[in-house]
Parts: sequence; structure tokens; C-alpha cells
Amino acid sequence: MTQPVLSVQDLTVEFVTRRGTLRALDKVSFDIARGEVLGVVGESGAGKSVTGSAIIGLIDPPGRIAGGEVVLSGERVDHLPPEQMRRVRGKRIGMIFQDPLTSLNPLYRVGEQLIETIQTHTDLNAADARKRAIALLDEVGIPAPDRRIDGYPHEFSGGMRQRVVIALALCAEPEFIIADEPTTALDVSVQAQIIALIKRLCKERGTSVMLVTHDMGVIAETADRVAVMYAGRVAEIGPVREVIKQPLHPYTQGLMGAIPSIEGDASRLVQIPGAMPRLSSIPKGCAFNPRCSKVFDRCRVDRPELIDVGGHQVACHLYDKAQAPAGKTEIAA
Amino acid sequence: MLAYILRSLMQGLVVMLAVAFIAFSMFRFVGDPVVNMLGQEATLQDRAELTQRLGLNDPVPLQFARFVADAARGDFGISYRQGRKVSALILERLPATVELAVLSAIFAFVTGIAFGVYAAIRRDGWIANLVMSVSLIGVSLPTFLIGIGLIYVFAVELRWLPSFGRGDTVQIGWWSTGLLTTSGLKSLVMPVLTLGFLQLTLVMRLVRSEMLEVMRADFIRFARARGIPERRIEFRHALRNTMIPVITIAGVQLGGVIAFAIVTETVFQWPGLGALFVNAVQFVDVPVMSAYLLFVAFVFVLTSLLVDIVYVALDPRLRGGVLVPVK
Amino acid sequence: MTTAPLPAPKQPGRFARFWDSDLVYSFRSSPITVVASIMALLLVLAAVFAPLIAPYDPFDPSSLDLSDGFSRPMQPNEITGKVFWLGSDGQGRDIFSAILYGSRVSLIVGAASVLFSLVLGVGLGLVAGYVGGRTEALIMRVADIQLSFPAILVALLVFGVARGLIPPALQEQMTLLVLVIAIGLSNWAQYARTVRGSTLVEKNKVYVDAARLIGLKAWPVMLKHVLPNVAGPVLVIATINLALAVIEEATLSFLGVGMPPTQPSLGTLIRFGQQYLFSGEWWILLFPSLVLILFALSINLFGDWLRDALNPKLR
Repeated sequence: MTQPVLSVQDLTVEFVTRRGTLRALDKVSFDIARGEVLGVVGESGAGKSVTGSAIIGLIDPPGRIAGGEVVLSGERVDHLPPEQMRRVRGKRIGMIFQDPLTSLNPLYRVGEQLIETIQTHTDLNAADARKRAIALLDEVGIPAPDRRIDGYPHEFSGGMRQRVVIALALCAEPEFIIADEPTTALDVSVQAQIIALIKRLCKERGTSVMLVTHDMGVIAETADRVAVMYAGRVAEIGPVREVIKQPLHPYTQGLMGAIPSIEGDASRLVQIPGAMPRLSSIPKGCAFNPRCSKVFDRCRVDRPELIDVGGHQVACHLYDKAQAPAGKTEIAA
Repeated sequence: MLAYILRSLMQGLVVMLAVAFIAFSMFRFVGDPVVNMLGQEATLQDRAELTQRLGLNDPVPLQFARFVADAARGDFGISYRQGRKVSALILERLPATVELAVLSAIFAFVTGIAFGVYAAIRRDGWIANLVMSVSLIGVSLPTFLIGIGLIYVFAVELRWLPSFGRGDTVQIGWWSTGLLTTSGLKSLVMPVLTLGFLQLTLVMRLVRSEMLEVMRADFIRFARARGIPERRIEFRHALRNTMIPVITIAGVQLGGVIAFAIVTETVFQWPGLGALFVNAVQFVDVPVMSAYLLFVAFVFVLTSLLVDIVYVALDPRLRGGVLVPVK
Repeated sequence: MTTAPLPAPKQPGRFARFWDSDLVYSFRSSPITVVASIMALLLVLAAVFAPLIAPYDPFDPSSLDLSDGFSRPMQPNEITGKVFWLGSDGQGRDIFSAILYGSRVSLIVGAASVLFSLVLGVGLGLVAGYVGGRTEALIMRVADIQLSFPAILVALLVFGVARGLIPPALQEQMTLLVLVIAIGLSNWAQYARTVRGSTLVEKNKVYVDAARLIGLKAWPVMLKHVLPNVAGPVLVIATINLALAVIEEATLSFLGVGMPPTQPSLGTLIRFGQQYLFSGEWWILLFPSLVLILFALSINLFGDWLRDALNPKLR
């Protein structure tokens, strides 16, 4: 069997405040196979970004990993000492942030930042590192890279800067990258280009990607599988086509209803009533129960675990045949 | 870039003119200059003659223009109290103040930045907390009490250092320096510590808070995510970004050094400009007061110009055409 | 949510809610701040009730006895046998009483000048933010210049000018007022900047337009919204400025341009005490200095805490 590049098991992240401990991630589990793109969707505050930070070991205090494990190609990385974890970052896990305008240090040339990163993770000398940096800039589609390498970040447009950020994330050939909303801060016109670029580069290198976004459209185009997160938990996870065609979790169904499609008529745009609960007041049982149209008694008591249903996994009592009330198991189209 | 420097030069000029106007109004309207110069007993004829000679019958704008022209040539009139040219008084006392202020500023910045960076990096360590507490005491200690305390310890009890004056000075042209003799250097120690201490604590607290702010920036997070060693992030990425706001405020703080030189000079009977100014205030010696005001404004304009130049050197965003006006 | 609202849980009492609020919690959990606040409060109370506490009236010449001069602290005077807690000065004046009255003067000057600069700064800031245009440019430019000129220098200049304008006969009585104005004029710019910033933000909000549309004057509506927003920062500035103003007053008095010997502040007392630095009567200098430092330090500690507590971003 092939080992997943990344395997996250029961990952729990807590923030200790004086009002009590808030659980930002609650037993999140998923695998990413070699070369696979996993999309992670959910509303803001659902725990998408925290998942990325936890994997790369950059949760800011007072947050901490309270349980579970993160396994990278068979090696557990969630409890590595700081110095060893630092060597993993950039070298084996790359990360792309949301806002390219603030991701680059404004006072250093683009080349200096690239060469610094390359030399941190390889034994290349300065001249070779520079050549490598130029090649990388070329690869991410920066025109005249041998000249632009000496430019400062402010001399690049937003889309070009995000290309530089991608080059920085990829410069030590990591086996896995986390792209945390990589297009949210960009112009609509360049979003598609950046997504295509990430997809192409990772395909060429066999790099696995965790693509965090709240844009179902991007997921549909790019991801192989998708995980839907809600209130710090995975609600549903499975191959993109299936989840889109046949969303099982009532929350996912609501999310799909919220993407306008060209063919469908406007009346199908549904909105989920209410808002995601705050971390301090997550209801008992299923976190979605106060907003769910198909809620029944058990949802308010038991927390649903992920169960296999028709090729993907969902955390919903509706699909637990033994317990669900009769007549509710039919799959919504 | 040239345009940027030119613009800050223009701003400096405007500030100088504004301050000159205040200085002029002081000279013209605080007390009667003629009575002040001739004394109460002068004859009416003498007064009329002096009024004519000073041009006080001319329209006020013309008087102001003349005042500015004279000041630009270094002519600030005659001290009411000492009967000597103000420019001579200032030149005589300038070296003492400049040596004191420059040494204090260097002391304050070098140690302040070092402590501030340390306190930011080891923000939860006990030394950092100690440094922060001491700095708060430093902010609460009036400068003159620091001076008195130092005098008590090092001059009265230990008898290591002189408690007043500049010691022996060496004349180089019109400049008299205390940097070339042992007694001159010894005399500088306590005044420099006294004057530098407040600035030191201010610089330190500023560096610390700016650096903590920078450490939260996205590009620091991204640098961490790329596995850049923490030391390198702190000293390369964060420090340089910290210095930009620090330098702006530090430029302003330099004005503080000049101002508190007034206090330090009084405590140590230091024969500088500050002591001259305090005496002038006590005796309402307006020509000296307005000349000193112009001097401080000049120092201020000079430092802010310097700050702007350092700025350009530090921040690439200000270089290369970005701020050059479009037209 | 579709569920009916739950019956309201039992409301804790007003005091309990206050006690449990974030601000009070952070206060309670910082022992240094608690100690500093108690210290500051004690010093203020001692200054306010000086006439009731002071064992002697240090400014009643008839009560002074030269043979009480230079009594050491806590020891009976060699000639008269009287005990002065903190010793006495050359004229037999009780240092403890002099400090009580002196801190009273320092506090009055400090508080009054803070109030003066607060009113001036907040007012100018509101006008600058609301009126805009040239008025704003002028006010903010003057504020910039004032900020770049150190407070003590501005105060000295104002003081010197006032001295030139006020007839000599009135100078002594008016010193206190002159000091308040001089120190006040040297500290208003910070308030103006803060308030102007908030005013600009509020001015562009929709409710201001809405208020205009329904025929209300925008001024009062904005005041109602701007003032609560700036209350926090203004309070922090005022607290820290109180310590600064007291130090500034002491410095001016120390330089000999502050309170006259007939109405000494802590700074004046320190100026006298300095004369005895070399002759061994240390108590005349030490005790007023300590009180000044303690007062400034406790106010600064409180102000520092307040700033962090109201600006949670920085911790």
C-alpha cells in the first residue's frame, strides 16, 4: 500500500483563555496522498487556517496542540523539538499565505529572500543559489527573471508577488505545501492564473497540496478531494465530484446551494439560516444542529463520527442506519 | 528621491520661518526693547534715537524681514543683561552643549537599541522583565534627581568624579573641547549619563514595542514557515523593519536631548547653552531667549533632514522614483 | 436559530459583573498595579488633606523656631527636644509637613495643567477633524511643531514670556496660574492627534449623513459617538501626562523658574535640599525627592497597565 504524504489523526487544538478552554480544532482527521490536492472549505472561523498552522507547527500562543498527531511521510512531526521542526518547515512542508502584499519583507530584494531560503535548506553556494532563484522565478512565470530578481517587492504587482511567494514556498522542493487562501487577496482576473500555476507546479513535482479556501468554485476546479469543515470539525470528506454531485451533510448541501451556477435558475440559491457558533458556545452533539433543517433528538446529544457512505465520509447521524429516524435517509439531489 | 529630500528641506524652511516669527514677536512685544536696552533712566531723546536706529517705527512686516535677514547672518542683537553680542555668547557656549548632547545621544541610542531588542526577543525572560521595570523607573525619575543622585554617590561619597564644570578644556580654533584632557573626560561622565538616561529608557521601550509589533507581521510568519532560523528572522528581518519607525521618533527625541541639556547643565553647572537659556528666562533677557529658540529649531530641522536621508537609505520603497511627483 | 429564547439566566449583581469584567480582572491579577494604585491614592489623599494631617504649619513664620533647625529624622532636637519625623530644615521647618503641603502644590499644578491641555487638545482635535481643510492643516501643523519641541522647553518659553508681560508686583501670586498654562500648553498636541483621528473615522460613517438627512445637526450626534471612542486613549494619555506634568513642574521649580519659596512645591523643596548635599543634612533633600519619585512611578505604573489593558493587541 502507498503511504500518505500527510496523515492527520484526531488533531485537536485548544486556546486557553481565562473564560475557559476554547477548542479551535476538535479531532480533525484526514490523509493526503502523494500528488493529491485536498481542498479544505468552510466559513471563516471553521478552523481551516488553524489546521494549516498546526500542521506546520506555527500556532501562536496561547494556542496549543492538545491531542492527536500529524504524520509526514511516516514520521510524526507534531512533537518535534523547535529546531528540528524548523528544518521541516520550508524543506518538507511549504506554505503560501493569503496576502502577497504583506508576505514579503519590504526591505529586502526578492532575490535576497529567495537565496536566503535556498541556502537555509541546501548546501548551494551564493552563485548557484542565485541561479536556482532565477530558474524558479522563470518557472513561476516572472518575465525577465534575471533582472527582476534584484527588484524589491513593492516593484511587483499583487499577482506577480504571489508568484514570488509561490517560488519561495517551493524553493526547497517540499513534498507537501499548504496554500492558505492563496487567491483571496488578489484581483479576480489573476486568481485563476495563480490557481493554475500552483496546480501545474505541484503536478510536475508530484507535490501534494492542502488548498484552504472558502471558494467552492476553486475547489471544484482544482482539488482531487475535498474536506468540509464546520466549527473546528470535519463535516464531510471525499472525492470532489462526489461531494459536489451528492453532498451528504446538510451543511454541505447548504454550501452547495450557496454557489450560483450558470445553468441552474436563481431560485435554487439557498442560504443556511443562522451563523456558525462561536468557539465559546459550540452546542452539544452535532455542532450544526441549531441550523440544521433535518435535526432530530440524537443530534442534540451525540457527536457524530465520520462514517463511510457511498464512497465518501460524512459526520451525520442521518446516515447511521441503525439510529436515523425512518424516511430520512434518502440522499438529497 | 531628490524631490523627497527637497520637500523635506522646504518643510524645514517653513518651520524655521514659523519659529522665527515667534522669536521675533517675543523680541518685539515682550517688554519694550528700548527700555530694556537703555534702562529706565534714559532720556526721551536717547529713546527716540534708539527706536529709530532699531527701525521700530517701520511697518511690522519690514521689521520681521529685517529680523530674519539679521538672524540668517547670525546677528541676534545684544543681550539685555550681559551687554554683549548674543552671537558671541552662543558661540562661546556652543561646544560645551554640543559635546554633551552628542555623547549623550550616542550613549542613549546604542544602549537603548541593544536593551530594547533584548527585551523584545526574550520578552518573557526575567532579565527582560527586569529591564522593563527599571525602564519604567527611569521614565519616572526626573532628570535633575538622577544628576543629584550621581553627584551624591560619585562626587560626595566616592570622590571619583568632579561634581561641576567641564574640567580642563583645549582650544582648537574657536572650539573648546573637553575630550582631550583627563579632567575634561571625567567631567563628562556624569552629565552624559544623566542626560542620556531618560532618552535611553524611551528608546528602549520604543524599540521593544516596535519590534514586538513587527514580529507579528505576515512576512515574519512567512519567513518562519520557510524555516529561516529564528536568530536570522530577529536580527535580519525584524530589526531592520523596526528601525524605520524608531528612527523617526528618535529624530524627535534628539530635540529632547537638547531640552534636557538645560536641566543637566543647571545641575552640573555646565557652561553650555542650556544654562545660558535658563538665566535668560529668569531675567527675561529676550534676545538670548529668541536666539536660543532659533538654535533649537535649527537643530530640529537639521536632525529631521538627517532622519529623512537615513530613511531613504533604509527603505527601498522611498527610492527609485516611487515618490517622485508625476508631473 | 429557531428555538425560543431561553429564560434569562439569573443576572449577577451589578457589582459582581463589574468585578468579573475583563478590565477589573486584569487589574486584580497585576499585583504591581494594585500596589501602585494604592500608593498613588494614598499620596493624593495625603496631599488633599495636608492641613489636617500636617503636625505643623510650615508657612506660619510665628510657629518656626530657629533652634529647631537641622533636627535629624526621628531624633529629638538637641536644644528643644522636639521630634520631627523626617527631620527639619535650617529654619526649623518640619520636613514632613513641608512635603505634605509641597505635594499639594505639585498636585494642583499637575492636575490643573492636565485638565487644561486635555480640554484644549480634545477641543482642537474635534475642530480639526470635523472642520477639515485649512483649519485642520493649521492646527495639525502647530501640533507637529509643538510635539517636536520638548515640553520642558515650551514651558520655559511660555514662562519667560509671561514673566515679561506680567508686572513684577503680581508675579508671585500668578506663578501658579502661569505654570499651569505653561505646562498645559506644552502637552496638548497628543490629545489633539488622537481625537482628530477618531473624529475623521466617525465623520465618514453613514450615521452622520443619516443624522443630517433627518435634519439633526451633525455636531452633537458626532460628539456623542466620538467622545466614548476616544475616552480610553485620552484617559491613558491624561494619566501618563499627570506624572509628566508633576515632573515638569518639579523641574521648572528646580530650575528656579517655578513656585516661589513662599509657596514651595516638591521641586522647590528639592532645590533647597540640594544646597545641603555636601554638608550632610541628607534628609532635607532625600524625602521630598522620594515622594516625587514614588508619585511619578505609581502613576506611570498605573498608566502603563491602563494602556495595555485598553489595548489588548499588545500582549
